[in-house]
Amino acid sequence: MTMKSRVLMSAAVFALASASPALAQTEIQWWHALTGANNDVVVKLAEDFNASQKDYKVVPVYKGSYPDTLNAGIAAFRAGQAPHILQVFEVGTGTMMSAKGAIKPVHQLMKDAGEKFDPKAYLPAITGYYSTAKGEMLSMPFNSSSMVMWYNKDAFRKAGLNPDAPPKTWPEVFEAGKKLKAAGWDKCGFTNAWAPWANIEQFGAWHNIPLSTKVNGMDGFDAVMNFNQSPLFLKHWTNLAELQKDKTYDYSGRTNNGEGRFTSGECPIMLTSSGFFGNVRANAKFDWANAAMPYYPEAAGAPQNSIIGGASLWVMGGKKPDEYKGVAKFFTFLSDVDRQVKLHTESGYLPITKAAYEKVKASGFYKDKPYLETPILELNNKAPTDNSKGLRYGSLVQIRDIWSEELEAALNGQKSPKAALDAAVERGNQMLRQFERTASR
Amino acid sequence: MQKNAYFKGLTIPFLLLLPQLVITALFFYWPASQAVWQSFLLEDAFGTSTEFVWFENYQTLFSDPGYLRAFINTIVFSTAVCVLSLSIALLLAVMADRQLRGGEIYKTLLIWPYAVAPAVAGVLWIFMFDPSLGMLGRGLLSLGIGWNPRLNGHDAMLLVILAATWKQISYNFLFFLAGLQAIPKSVIEAAVIDGARPMRRFWTIVFPLLSPTTFFLLVVNIVYVFFDTFGIIDTVTGGGPSGATETLVYKVFADGKGGSNLGGSAAQSVVLLIMVIGLTAVQFRFIERKVSY
Repeated sequence: MTMKSRVLMSAAVFALASASPALAQTEIQWWHALTGANNDVVVKLAEDFNASQKDYKVVPVYKGSYPDTLNAGIAAFRAGQAPHILQVFEVGTGTMMSAKGAIKPVHQLMKDAGEKFDPKAYLPAITGYYSTAKGEMLSMPFNSSSMVMWYNKDAFRKAGLNPDAPPKTWPEVFEAGKKLKAAGWDKCGFTNAWAPWANIEQFGAWHNIPLSTKVNGMDGFDAVMNFNQSPLFLKHWTNLAELQKDKTYDYSGRTNNGEGRFTSGECPIMLTSSGFFGNVRANAKFDWANAAMPYYPEAAGAPQNSIIGGASLWVMGGKKPDEYKGVAKFFTFLSDVDRQVKLHTESGYLPITKAAYEKVKASGFYKDKPYLETPILELNNKAPTDNSKGLRYGSLVQIRDIWSEELEAALNGQKSPKAALDAAVERGNQMLRQFERTASR
Repeated sequence: MQKNAYFKGLTIPFLLLLPQLVITALFFYWPASQAVWQSFLLEDAFGTSTEFVWFENYQTLFSDPGYLRAFINTIVFSTAVCVLSLSIALLLAVMADRQLRGGEIYKTLLIWPYAVAPAVAGVLWIFMFDPSLGMLGRGLLSLGIGWNPRLNGHDAMLLVILAATWKQISYNFLFFLAGLQAIPKSVIEAAVIDGARPMRRFWTIVFPLLSPTTFFLLVVNIVYVFFDTFGIIDTVTGGGPSGATETLVYKVFADGKGGSNLGGSAAQSVVLLIMVIGLTAVQFRFIERKVSY
C-alpha cells in the first residue's frame, strides 16, 4: 500500500468511526466554567441525562473561568461554531440578552419544542433575574447563590459575643468587629469578598434603594445610574472607609480571592456568596455558621430581599430544530423536582423550583443544615420590588471594575466617600451610554 | 572577486523570499491591519451590530482619565523594571564570570526563572507577599510594616515591579554572561598590567565593550515590559487597587477580553503599537550611535 492510500484509508476509517454515533444521536454541546466538585456535578448530570434516553447526547466541555467561557462562546459564535448551551455568569446577562440574533430565549425554545413548561413553577427571586420585564424567561438558571454573612463561632465566644445571636444590623456588626479586634483579630474585624456585589448590588436590593432608573436596567438599556443620591449609600461607604483605618473592617478584594481569609481564621466575619459553603465545610477548622446580611435599621422596610449570583444556561441561536428539541428535553430533565432536591442538598446550589424547595423543607433537612436555607430565606424575605429584582447592565464586567476602583479609592483615602460614589456613578453611566449605542440597534 | 550574488529577473529572488514574506504578512501585517480596522468600529460583543465610527474610539480613549493614569503607570513600571532587571542581571553576570567553585550550578539556577510563564511568576510572588497567605507578607506585617497591596497602590506597584523584574533577570543574565565571555582576556590583562583597579577596568573597558549586548537587551526589555507583563499584573493585582497597577497593555487586555469592548481595546493596541515602534526607532537612531560594535 502506498503512503498516500494508507493515509486516505485511515482518514476514511476515522471519518466513519466518528460519524456513526452522530447518526444515531444528536449531540448537544454544553460549555461550562465549573471546576472541582462542581465539575463532577455537571458531568454526572450529563451522564444521567444521556442514560435516561437514546436520542440526544449532552457533551459537557469545561472552558475555563466564567469570563473565559463567555469569551469562548462569543468567539465561537463569531466563527459560526457556537455550542448549543453556554453557561454564563450573572454579570454577563445584559451582554447575552442584548445579542438578539445570537441567542434563543428559553421560553421560545420550550414553546417551539412543544415541551411542557410552566414559568410559575420556578422561584421568582431566581428566574426574575434572567427574565424580561414581562416575565419571559430568557435563560435557564443553573447554579444560583446569594450573599450571606459567614461568621466564626469560636472567635465570637473568645470575644464575649453570643455565637447563636449573630449581629443583625450594620451598627451591630461594627460593634462586633471592634470586640473581635480587641480579642486578637487585630488585622481584620469583618470583611467581604466580591466588593462591588456586596457594597453596591446587594446593598441596594437589601435596602430597597434603586441603583438606576428603568428598574435597575431591566426595563431598558437607557437606564441612568443614581445610587450616589442615596444618603444610605454614602453613610455605608463612609463607615467602611472610617473602619478601614484601624482595620476593624479590612478590604479583601474585588472577587472571591480573599475568601481564604475566613477559612484560615484571619477574618472572623465575612460577607460572601452562599456558594462558599463547600469551601468552608472542607477547610474551616473552627465552629462556623452563617446568617442573613446586615442592614441599617433606619432604612424604611429594610431588609427587603437579596438578589442572586451564580450562572445560568443560555441557548445559542442558529441551531437545527432537532437540536433545540434535545436542549428543551434536557432543561425539563434539569427542572425535575427530585433532581433539583438532589442538586441542592449535595452541592449547596439553590433549588430553582418551588416544589423542590418545599420538598427539602418538609424533609427537615434545614434543621441540621440551616446555613443552606439562609440564602433562600433572604431571597424570599419580601416580594421583590423594582429595586430588588436584580440588575441588568451591559458591560457589567467593566462597570464592576469601575465600582471596585472607586470603592478602593474611598477606602485608601485617595478620595472622599462622596467623591468616590459620584465617580462610580458618573463613570458607570459612561459605560451604559456606550453599551446602549451598540445594543439598541 | 564578485561579492554580490545576482539573479536574472525577479522570479527566483521573489520565490526565495516568499516563505518569509508569507509568515510576516500572515502573522504580523494581517492581525495588525485587523486591529486598525477594528479600532474604527463600534460593535457589540457578538458582532451582530457594527457601526463605522471613524476616530470616535480614539476620542473616547484620550478623554478617559484612566487612560492617562495607565500611561503614567506604564512609564513608572517600565522604567523601574528595565533599570532594575538590567542592573541586577549585569551585577550577577559580572560576579558569575570568573573562576568559582560550583559556578555552573549558580549559572544554571539563575537561568531557571526564565522558564516560568509570566502568570505563574505572578502567582509565585502573590504566594510570598500576600498579606494573609504569604510567608514574607505576614513577616512584614509582624515587623510592624503596614504592607497592604490589596488597598495601597504603592505596595501593589512595588510587588508587580519585583515580580516582573525577577522574571526578566535570567534572560538578561544569560546575554550579559555571553557578552562578558566574548570580551578578549588580553585587553583586560593589559589594563591590569597598567595598574587599573577592578572598578576602573569595568567602567572603562568591560562596560563599553558590552554595549552591543546592553543595547540589544534594552530593546528586548522594553518590548517585554510593554507587552509581556500583563499576565503578571493580572495574577498579582488585577490592575488594582483603584487602577494603581493598570498599565497600557493590561488595559488593552482588560477592556477587550473582560469588557468585550473590542473597538476601544483595538484603538489602545494601535496607540501602543505606534508608541513601541517610535520608541524602538528612537533607540536605534540615537542610542545605537553610542554603541561600539
